[in-house]
Amino acid sequence: MTTLETAVWTAVCRVQDLAPERGAAALLGSDQVALFRLLDGRVLAVQQHDPFSDAHVISRGIVGSRSVDGVEVPTVASPMYKQVFDLTTGRCLDAAGKTPARGLSPDLRTWPVRVSDGLVEVGR
Amino acid sequence: MNQHLVVVGGGMVAQRLVEALRDRDTAGAWRITVLAEEPRRPYDRVALTSYFSGRDADDLALGDPELWSDPLVTLVRDDAVTQVDRDAKTVTTARGRTEHYDHLVLATGSSAWVPPLEGADLPGVFVYRTVDDVAALRGYVEKLSEDRVVKGAVLGGGLLGLEAAGALQALGARTTVLQVGTHLMSAQVDLGGGEALRRLINQLGVGVRLNAMTTTIKPHRRGGVGRLELADGGRVDADVVVIAAGVRPRDELGRASGLAIGERGGIVVDDTCLTSDLDISAVGEVACIQGATIGLVAPGYAMAEITADRLLGGTSSFPGADTATKLKLSGVDVASFGDAFGQTPGALEIVWADPVGGVYKKLVMSDDARTLLGGVLVGDASAYASLRPMLGRELPGDPAAFLLPEGGGGAPELELPDDAAVCSCNNVSAGTIRGAVTEHGCTDLGAVKACTKAGTSCGSCLPLVKKLVTTELAAQGIAVSTALCEHFALSRAQLYDAVRVSGVSSFTQVIERFGTRAEGRGCDICRPTVASILATTSPAHVLEGERATLQDTNDHVMANLQKDGSYSVVPRIAGGEVTPEGLIAIGEVAKDFGLYTKITGGQRIDMFGARIDQLPLIWQRLVDAGFESGHAYGKSLRTVKSCVGSTWCRFGVQDSVALAVMLELRYRGLRSPHKIKLGVSGCARECAEARGKDVGVIATDKGWNVYVGGNGGFTPRHAQLLAEDLDTETLVRTIDRFLLYYVRTADRLQRTAPWIEEVEGGLDGVRAVVMEDSLGIAADLDEQMALHVVEYEDEWKATLEDPEKLRRFASFVNAPDTPDPSLAYVPERGQSRPATADERDDARPTPHHEPVLVAGARLEVRS
Ligand code: SRM
Ligand SMILES: Cc1cc2nc3c(=O)[nH]c(=O)nc-3n(C[C@H](O)[C@H](O)[C@H](O)COP(=O)(O)OP(=O)(O)OC[C@H]3O[C@@H](n4cnc5c(N)ncnc54)[C@H](O)[C@@H]3O)c2cc1C
Ligand code: SF4
Ligand code: FES
Repeated sequence: MTTLETAVWTAVCRVQDLAPERGAAALLGSDQVALFRLLDGRVLAVQQHDPFSDAHVISRGIVGSRSVDGVEVPTVASPMYKQVFDLTTGRCLDAAGKTPARGLSPDLRTWPVRVSDGLVEVGR
Repeated sequence: MNQHLVVVGGGMVAQRLVEALRDRDTAGAWRITVLAEEPRRPYDRVALTSYFSGRDADDLALGDPELWSDPLVTLVRDDAVTQVDRDAKTVTTARGRTEHYDHLVLATGSSAWVPPLEGADLPGVFVYRTVDDVAALRGYVEKLSEDRVVKGAVLGGGLLGLEAAGALQALGARTTVLQVGTHLMSAQVDLGGGEALRRLINQLGVGVRLNAMTTTIKPHRRGGVGRLELADGGRVDADVVVIAAGVRPRDELGRASGLAIGERGGIVVDDTCLTSDLDISAVGEVACIQGATIGLVAPGYAMAEITADRLLGGTSSFPGADTATKLKLSGVDVASFGDAFGQTPGALEIVWADPVGGVYKKLVMSDDARTLLGGVLVGDASAYASLRPMLGRELPGDPAAFLLPEGGGGAPELELPDDAAVCSCNNVSAGTIRGAVTEHGCTDLGAVKACTKAGTSCGSCLPLVKKLVTTELAAQGIAVSTALCEHFALSRAQLYDAVRVSGVSSFTQVIERFGTRAEGRGCDICRPTVASILATTSPAHVLEGERATLQDTNDHVMANLQKDGSYSVVPRIAGGEVTPEGLIAIGEVAKDFGLYTKITGGQRIDMFGARIDQLPLIWQRLVDAGFESGHAYGKSLRTVKSCVGSTWCRFGVQDSVALAVMLELRYRGLRSPHKIKLGVSGCARECAEARGKDVGVIATDKGWNVYVGGNGGFTPRHAQLLAEDLDTETLVRTIDRFLLYYVRTADRLQRTAPWIEEVEGGLDGVRAVVMEDSLGIAADLDEQMALHVVEYEDEWKATLEDPEKLRRFASFVNAPDTPDPSLAYVPERGQSRPATADERDDARPTPHHEPVLVAGARLEVRS
C-alpha cells in the first residue's frame, strides 16, 4: 500500500456509519470512493466508478470472499455486470467475459484507510 | 450446378432425410424440394396424442426450424403430388406445379385403413393419423360434451387404438375398445400379457370387448353415429367412433408409375432403399423393405440416413429393423421387443406374473437360457430401457432377476457394450453416447441429447441415456458438479432442504454448517441464494440484520438498477387494475421527481431515473397514496396478468380480474429461485396470454384450467395443462403447492419451464406431487404457504418506518443529500433519458474539470 506517501488523511465518517459487509460511497473532492467495512473490523476503499459499466456503483455490490492461491481475500462483485474485484488490491479477479468501457483499466484504484477514535480516515 | 432432390411427402422420415442430407452435404451438391400434402411443417406424429393434453400443433414441431430457411431447401406445403413421369423425370402436383428431379424420394407414409363397413362415412367416425384428424376428433367430442356424457368406441385394440382410447377418455368420453382378436396388442404381446393389459386398461375406466367384429355403424336419430353392431349380434352405443384398424402404405404413386409393389402393398426397395427405378428411392412407412412395410419411425429414420448417405456416394445399407415398441399411455406400462413370441427354435420363456398387481413379464431366452432374444413387459416396463440393448447378448447372472419387482431382485448392473443400440429411434449406440462425453466434452444430459440426438424422439431410452452419461462422467472423474459455488458443495435444492430441516436462520450459521470452508464469506452467487432460501424458511424483512448483506443491489434498495447507476420504481398494480386516483398519484410522483415513465410488459407502470437518495422520498409519496412494493426487483412473484374477464367482456365466463388480484396479493413477496409470473384469462380466447406464464389460469364454464411452466424470454414455451375445471379453492391450493414445490427444488435462476423438464418425473411427477401428494409433503407445503401469507408485509412501508434502514439510501456517507455528480440526462420525446458517453464527452471540455452536466439530475426537462 501507499501509506508512506500519504500526505493527507481525510475523516469521512464514523465506523458505525458503515454496515459490516456492505459498501457505502463517499465524496473525496471530485473523487467518488467506495468504502467497505469487513466483519473483522477492517475498512477498505476502492474507486466507486465501475470500469466495466462506466457507472458509479461499486459500493452497491455484494461483499464476499474468494480463495486466491490458497488465501481467502475479501471481494466485491459489481452490481451491474458482476465482475469480481479483490478489495485489498483493487485487482479484477473475474471479468465475467467482458472488457472495460472506453479502454479503461479493469482494476480498481485503492486508497489507504485508517480508523482512529472511531473515525474512518481515507488517505491521499 | 447442384443436383435436384425431390421428396414427396413431408412426414417424419422426410424431415430426417432433409436434416441428414443438409448436415452432411457441406459442399451443397444437392438442393432439395419437399412436396407435402399436409398444410404444416413436418411434425412429431409419434407424439400426436399429446395434442389432446393441451399442447398445440406448434409444440409438435420437429427439429430445428432453421432447417426450413436453409437456402438449399424448399418446402411446399398443402400440395399433393399426383403424378410421376419417370421418363421425363418430373413430378406434378394437384396445384399444377411441376418439378424436374435428378433423384426422387417417395416418403408418403401410410394412411389409416378403414375397413369396408356400412356407416364408416357417418359424421362422428374418425381416423387417427394427422393433426387435422385429431383436431377434428377433439372438436367433435368437446362439442357433444356440452350437453351429455359422450360415449366413445375405438375399433382396434393395438398400440394406436389403445392410445386413441386413452385420448378419448382424457376428453371425458366413456370409451370402449373393440378388438377383433383374442387379446389386446396382439401384434406385440402374447395372450398372458394381453390379459394383464386388459386389466390395466379396465382400471383406467376403458371398457374392452374381445373377439368383437364390427359389421355396421348405425346412425343416431339426431344424426351422426349412434351405435355399432357386432358379428355376434351384440351392440355397442357410441356417439363417436375412432377407427384404428391398421394402416396401409400410400404406394399409389408407385403403383401408377409402374414401380414394383410388395405382396401386401408398399413400394419395394432394396437394402439401399432404391426402388426398381434407380433414380427413385422410397423411405419410411411406404417402403417395403426386406419383404415388409414397417409402421414404426425408427426403421424409417434408418432409411432416411441410408438415403442421405447414398446420395453423397456412401455405401451404408439397411441392417434390419428393430421393432421394439413401448405403449405411450399414461398409467399403462407396456413394452415388447425382439422375439416376443418365442418363435426362435428351442427358445425358452421365463415368465413372472402378478395378477393382483396387474404385472406380466416375460423374457425369451436362447435354449441355454443365457442369450436374451426378446421380451414382453406389461404393468411394469421399467426394465425395458436397459434390457432392449442387451438383445442378442448374454445376460449376466440369472435372467429371472431382471423380472422381479424393482429393488427386490438384485438384478446385476448391466455393462452395455459400445455397439449396443441404446436409442433405436435415432440409431445411437452406447459407444456414441459415451463418446459424446469423452470426446465431445458434453457434461450433461441436455448436451448429449443435442450432440447425438439420442432420446429426442419417443424418449423411451432416456433413463438409460441418463445413466450412461452419469456413469461416464463419473468414470472420467468429472463429477457432475451441482455445487452452488466455491463456498457450497451442495446444489440449491440440497441447501434448501438442509436449511429447512436444520432450522438455521442466518447466513453465518448457514455457511458455518454447510459451507466448504469456515473462513469463506460467500459471494454474489451464494449470498442472494441463501437470502432467497431464508426468505421462505424463516421469513424476515429483506434488510433485517445480516440479511441485508446478502441482497443484490436491487433487493437491497428495493428498486431496479439501471445502466447509469440510477434506479427504476414499480409500484404494485395487482392484476393490472388501477383506479384513476392511483394513476394520477403515480403521474404526480413521476412529474415531481422528473422520472421517465413507461408502461411495462407486465401491465404496470415503471418510473426510471430515480437516484438512490430519492427512493425513500418517492416511496413515502407512493405509500401515502396507497401503493406498495411491486417487487419488480426481486426473484419473486412479479405480476399476475389479467384480461378484463366476465365483468365487462361479452365472452368472459369467469371474473379473471378478481382472481388475478387475489392471486397477486396471495403470492406477493414470495421469494423464489427465479422470478414467477402468472396470468389469468376469462375465457379460452386467452387475452391474458396466461399460457406464456409460469402459472396460467384459463376460465372454463365449469371452473378454471391451470397450466404450468410457460415462459417468454429467450426460449419461449407454452405452459402445459396441469389440471382442469378446478373450483377456486382447489385452484389456489394447487398453485400454492406448485409454487412451493418449485421454490424448494429448483436450481438457482431456473424458471419453471426448465425446472419441469428436469424435476423427477417431469410434468407427470409434478402433477403427482401437487394433486395426489405422492411425496407426502402437501400438508407441509400448505402450511408453508399459509405462513407466507400471514407474514407478508410491504417491505417499503416497513423500511420507511425504520430510520436505521433508511440510512442505507444516502448517496454519500459524508454528503447524504449530494446527488451523484456523474448522472446526466438529455431530453427525448418529452421526457429525459441518460446521456450517452459521447454526449457526456461533448459536455466535458477539459479533463481535470468538474463535469458539466448536459442536464442535471434535478433539471426540469419540460418547460
Ligand atoms: C421493465 C420491463 C420491460 C418493460 O419496460 O416493459 C422488464 C425489464 C427487465 N427485464 Fe424483463 N421486463 C419486463 C417484462 C418482461 C416480460 C413480459 C411479462 O412479464 O409479461 C418478459 C417475458 C415473460 C417471461 O418472463 O417469461 C420478460 C423477460 C425477461 C427475461 C427472460 C427471462 C427468461 O426466463 O428467459 C429477463 C432475463 C432474466 O431474468 O434473466 C428479463 C430481465 C429484465 C431486467 C431485469 C434486465 C436487467 O437486469 O435490467 C429488466 C429490469 C428493468 C427494470 O429496472 O425494471 N426479462 N420481461 C418489464 C417489467 C414488467 C413488470 O411490470 O414487472
Ligand atoms: C398416433 C400415432 C402414434 C404413433 N406412435 C408411434 C410410436 O410410439 N413409435 C413409433 O415408432 N411409431 C409410432 N407411430 C408411427 C409413426 O408416426 C410413423 O411410423 C412415422 O410417422 C412414419 O413416417 P413417414 O415419414 O414414413 O410417414 P408420415 O409421417 O405419415 O408422413 C408421410 C407424409 O406424406 C404425405 N403424403 C402422402 N402422399 C403424398 C403425396 N402424394 N404428395 C404429398 N404428400 C404426400 C402425408 O400427408 C404425410 O404427411 C405412431 C403413429 C401415430 C399416428
Ligand atoms: S380472454 Fe375472454 S374474457 Fe378475457 S378479454 Fe379475452 S375474450 Fe374477453
Ligand atoms: S428410442 Fe426413441 S428416442 Fe431413443
